[in-house]
Amino acid sequence: MELLVSDKIILAHGSGGKLARELIEKTFLQALSNPLLAKLDDSAVFDFEGRLAFTTDSYVVNPIFFHGGDIGKLAVCGTVNDLAMVGAVPLYLSLSFIIEEGLPQEDLTRIVGSVQMAAREAGVQIVTGDTKVVNRGSADKLFINTAGVGLVPEGVDISGSNARPGDKVILSGTIGDHGIAVLSQREGLRFSTRLKSDCAPLNGLVAEMIKVSPRIHSMRDPTRGGLATTLNELAAQSKVSIRIEEEKIPVREEVRGACEMLGLDPLYIANEGKLVALVAPEDAEAILKKMRRNTCGRGAAIIGEVQADHPGRVVMKTRFGASRIVDMLVGDPLPRIC
Amino acid sequence: MKFVDEFRRSELARGLIRSIQQHSTKRVRLMEFCGGHTVAIMKHGIRQLLPATIEMLSGPGCPVCVTDNADIDKAIALARIPGVILATFGDMIRVPGSRSSLQEVKADGSDVRIVYSTLDALQIARENPSRSVIFLGIGFETTAPTVAASVIQAEQEGMRNYYVISLHKLCPPVIKELLDSGEVKVSGLICPGHVSAIVGSRSWEFIARDYGIPCVVSGFEPLDILQCVYMLVLQIEQAESKVEIAYRRGVRPEGNQRALELMYQVFEPCSARWRGMGLVPDSGLRLSKAYQRFDAELAFEFDPGPAFEPKGCICGEVLRAVKTPRDCKLFGTVCTPASPVGPCMVSSEGSCAAYYIYGAAGE
Amino acid sequence: MCLAIPALVKSIDGSVAEVEIGGVSRRASLLLTPEAMVGDYVLLHTGYAINVVNQEEAEETLRILEEMAQGAADEEEA
Repeated sequence: MELLVSDKIILAHGSGGKLARELIEKTFLQALSNPLLAKLDDSAVFDFEGRLAFTTDSYVVNPIFFHGGDIGKLAVCGTVNDLAMVGAVPLYLSLSFIIEEGLPQEDLTRIVGSVQMAAREAGVQIVTGDTKVVNRGSADKLFINTAGVGLVPEGVDISGSNARPGDKVILSGTIGDHGIAVLSQREGLRFSTRLKSDCAPLNGLVAEMIKVSPRIHSMRDPTRGGLATTLNELAAQSKVSIRIEEEKIPVREEVRGACEMLGLDPLYIANEGKLVALVAPEDAEAILKKMRRNTCGRGAAIIGEVQADHPGRVVMKTRFGASRIVDMLVGDPLPRIC
Repeated sequence: MKFVDEFRRSELARGLIRSIQQHSTKRVRLMEFCGGHTVAIMKHGIRQLLPATIEMLSGPGCPVCVTDNADIDKAIALARIPGVILATFGDMIRVPGSRSSLQEVKADGSDVRIVYSTLDALQIARENPSRSVIFLGIGFETTAPTVAASVIQAEQEGMRNYYVISLHKLCPPVIKELLDSGEVKVSGLICPGHVSAIVGSRSWEFIARDYGIPCVVSGFEPLDILQCVYMLVLQIEQAESKVEIAYRRGVRPEGNQRALELMYQVFEPCSARWRGMGLVPDSGLRLSKAYQRFDAELAFEFDPGPAFEPKGCICGEVLRAVKTPRDCKLFGTVCTPASPVGPCMVSSEGSCAAYYIYGAAGE
Repeated sequence: MCLAIPALVKSIDGSVAEVEIGGVSRRASLLLTPEAMVGDYVLLHTGYAINVVNQEEAEETLRILEEMAQGAADEEEA
């Protein structure tokens, strides 16, 4: 029996038969091949020595293609960044697809191509994976899960609970680019902008920062929930307060414009290629200088500092010199009229 | 952004604040009618910058907050009808009715879609000719003309599957009601800027004339609000009461006649139930006779069930400015933005949410 | 409040305009402001222009505020 070459993903692609095998070989192996993956054993087996960081995340984004990236790039960068945020050097990733039947083969190939490019940029290998195909309506086009392992260098101890009073708060660049780029292409909302998602692997930037100073206490990438939510998490975890200054937070004009139009606040909009670092004050300037030399940190700025009073609270000094609390995001940021 | 950034210049704000400090001798209570002003005031920390002589009160000007539970129940019941697509502004999705919210019925399988504009709702109706699209029409005079425009557009295109629930509210009648109740004593009124863009500053003249309360229409940038406060302080200090505009780039005395014409072509005034205030004569809008076929409440059979208010919630009194959010026992404990009891905590411009989210540090 | 934001009218096709806010463009209805012209700023509310921004009034307001700020600064120095 000859297999019909399909231009769409069908249920049989996930059934473990010939079509599945063909999908693995033609779509996945071709793009992502490395000795560990090519064995196609049930598990990837590798040697390891040292402190290991291990993380996982699932990626659902609508639309799956957006300005500046797609769900494949996101799935690699997101997990690489989670590893990088504890100072780990990312090494290996797993890649698991849940595909809604009917997804054009062309789209899948394009997404796997993005996975390949992002993995190369981040210097990680995809060493194991899985594909499932579900009935139409049981998933929204494509979901991806990735898990990753990385090695934490000697002497590095970065955790959300390590911030200390006096630490400086460094933000690596403009906020809200990803969330607004994705929102601009969502049905029912469409507006056009040249804005691109900031989706990028941050492990290169982090490696440079660690070289300058091992006294980076806390680091986190402000993804969903935005900068405001991330700062609240860090303040709560470290039992400190964080004071930021409105005027020092970099926001692109397009992000401000879209936020004004839709009644959103850039502080709560998602980023996929930005980080917040709480660092010892004496090292802050040197780290900042180094960050600005990296593509992912060009817009870096010191936006505030850590204090001891009111543990768990984030306070922002407004441009008029008043101060107000910045709370966590509740629910999705939705466009509103009032 | 032009006409935005200039009105956020902090050095000009400092000048206004100094002028307010210099002129303000009497103790005054200024009410910002509009929830948007409440948010802007909290967000920029404007209260902390004003002298102690000035007390600010938040009024009932949030279309989400003032929507009665029974009306939310209606929208929920309509959303549950098989085949219906309920299109709504994002503001309404989390507001609890008597038993449920739109986000909960959406999770149960109802087709509830968030739109930015009635233009998007019309597009959904065009793309789904076999379904009925019901637009949840909330909002004051600012929004009602845009909903009216969508009805006229639907009529011109001969669309048979577009409907509106009209929960629109009119501002001047409710301010009158509030002042007549005698519950609230205010020495000056910050009038809503974007409602005034449509109805014109003249609509507030009865307040200055009949009640002797100074009125100044304000925009929503910090400088607009400060300028408005300054103008109110001057009127009060000079014992004057007139209607002025601190938002001249956006508001004219006569408003937008074209928008008002469209609004009254499609809608006619009716009495409306406001949360916390009950039935207020001529303060709502219903579809006028010629457009009744677009009225979702007439086109569908549905049973919203009996309505009731959440226990312990004082949103009604907060909306009437009789109490502040901090007077509520539920505030910040039982009732938070994550698990709101009343609408003033759900709506991003509700007084309770604004107080909670933008609470001044140290308070 | 009713969120509305000044948007620049870039082009007009019948009653529909392409408007821009800080580098973000969107189609907007001019049904409520048929007098709007290319180059005008309009107050955009839920996809509709609800008023044309009066640029002269905006400049006049700013001039007054600048004078006040200057006056206050002078007094402080004095």
